[in-house]
Amino acid sequence: MSADEFRTSLTLTSPDQTARLAHAIAPRLSAGDVLLLNGPIGAGKSHFARHIIRSRQAAIGLSEDIPSPTFLLVQTYNAGGCDIWHCDFYRLNDPQELDELGLEEACETAICLIEWPDIALDYLPAGAAHITLSMTEDEDTRQFDIRAPRRWAGIFALEDA
Amino acid sequence: MTHNLTVLGIESSCDDTAAAVLRCSPPGGEIMSSVVFGQGALHAEFGGVVPEIAARAHAEKLDLAVEQALGEAGCGLSDIGLIAVTSGPGLIGGVMSGVMCARGLAAGRGLPLIGVNHLAGHALTPRLTDNAAYPYVMLLVSGGHCQFLLVQAADRFTRLGGTIDDAPGEAFDKVARILGLEQPGGPAVEKAARDGDPHRFRFPRPLLDRDNADMSFSGLKTAVLRQRDQLITDQGGLYPRDRQDICAGFQAAICDVLSHKTRLALDIATGIAGANPPLAVAGGVAANSAIRSALTKVSTGLMAPPQRLCTDNAAMIAWAGYEKHMAGHADPGDLVPRPRWPLDDQSAPLLGSGKKGAKA
Repeated sequence: MSADEFRTSLTLTSPDQTARLAHAIAPRLSAGDVLLLNGPIGAGKSHFARHIIRSRQAAIGLSEDIPSPTFLLVQTYNAGGCDIWHCDFYRLNDPQELDELGLEEACETAICLIEWPDIALDYLPAGAAHITLSMTEDEDTRQFDIRAPRRWAGIFALEDA
Repeated sequence: MTHNLTVLGIESSCDDTAAAVLRCSPPGGEIMSSVVFGQGALHAEFGGVVPEIAARAHAEKLDLAVEQALGEAGCGLSDIGLIAVTSGPGLIGGVMSGVMCARGLAAGRGLPLIGVNHLAGHALTPRLTDNAAYPYVMLLVSGGHCQFLLVQAADRFTRLGGTIDDAPGEAFDKVARILGLEQPGGPAVEKAARDGDPHRFRFPRPLLDRDNADMSFSGLKTAVLRQRDQLITDQGGLYPRDRQDICAGFQAAICDVLSHKTRLALDIATGIAGANPPLAVAGGVAANSAIRSALTKVSTGLMAPPQRLCTDNAAMIAWAGYEKHMAGHADPGDLVPRPRWPLDDQSAPLLGSGKKGAKA
């Protein structure tokens, strides 16, 4: 592990704990922060993303529906001061299609939460945080493995999550 | 002002590129042609419906779709009195291609042009196919959407409830993938379910205990995944019988949730509209015969437009444009392409002020 890299692992024993993690980090995110959410179907990527969006919206008195982005690839939300892009590249088959979505600009001007980012890895900023969600023996427990540049340590500093 | 109008509809907000010619005369319309260039079948071999997000690809097909729609209708642009185009919600590249194509045609011919909400197209379809009178309740259920709308006028939609996470169409696709069935998943799961035992596996029915019309389908795919893994652990693999039973159990759960929540939505609608509004269904998932028959049990007068008008098409856009035009609701602002465009921004669950119009 290089000195300028931040790594941590968390074991969250319920969907509520995942939600609490989302609500803890949401206020610390700002334009240009890109979170890549990896993990199999059912690992809780959307659940986590949804709670980040909900938290940011609640802070400015909004509460919109947060549908799955799988079909439309991108859903955007007002996150107070900037937008949140909730992306899902599950259906993408050619990284060139990212241009059409305007992802490059969004990675600079918005908070981006990207599910199934694999196809886009070469096109995403180096400063992005990689979060891998894994299922466990216990039905409700999820393992969060976070790997990110050092500056993310403050965002993921969790005294009370 | 004459009410008879021939309308050209253009739709390119998601995977399909479509054009249609509709001869409108109250109370209904006659579909002269409806051309849909789809993606689904073409890409089935890749294990998924590949999104046609490239604006260029839509643009290339739009001209051909319009030409073919006019040809099949046996008319030319000179016979068209109004152009209606989907201006959202959807993939922005596709929407922009459609709007630019429509703008070009309208400018070239000096025709009125109207921007239509894709969801309004679905929601108003029963007026075209069944001469539905206002008000009625629409269950819009597709790959990307699942919501109950009380439709009271061409521009008056009240959202009664909907999914808080995945849409059922997405759940069908993901279950098909989990079980190694072909895509698109809807027909594949329905086919497998036909010979399955819906009682062998009991899948969750989330939010059934809540007294509202909101639904959740995302936990269902996780439950299917766990069941599959359990069977593989126990018996070393998955037998065709297992797949059929999982599909049947999964479909039964979807049917139960949809019927139960439809009942609640109809109750809520009755409270708002004063009378018992009839039920209509649209969207790709409405093709599922088990879901249709479950909904028929909830509301015997169920209006279910023919399948080709339930999935994305341009005839519904032409019709919605016509209704909007006749009601005098043409708004130049509606021609601005937008990815998000809720039909009902009143009863969206807003907690406070400060909602930005442009994002809505």
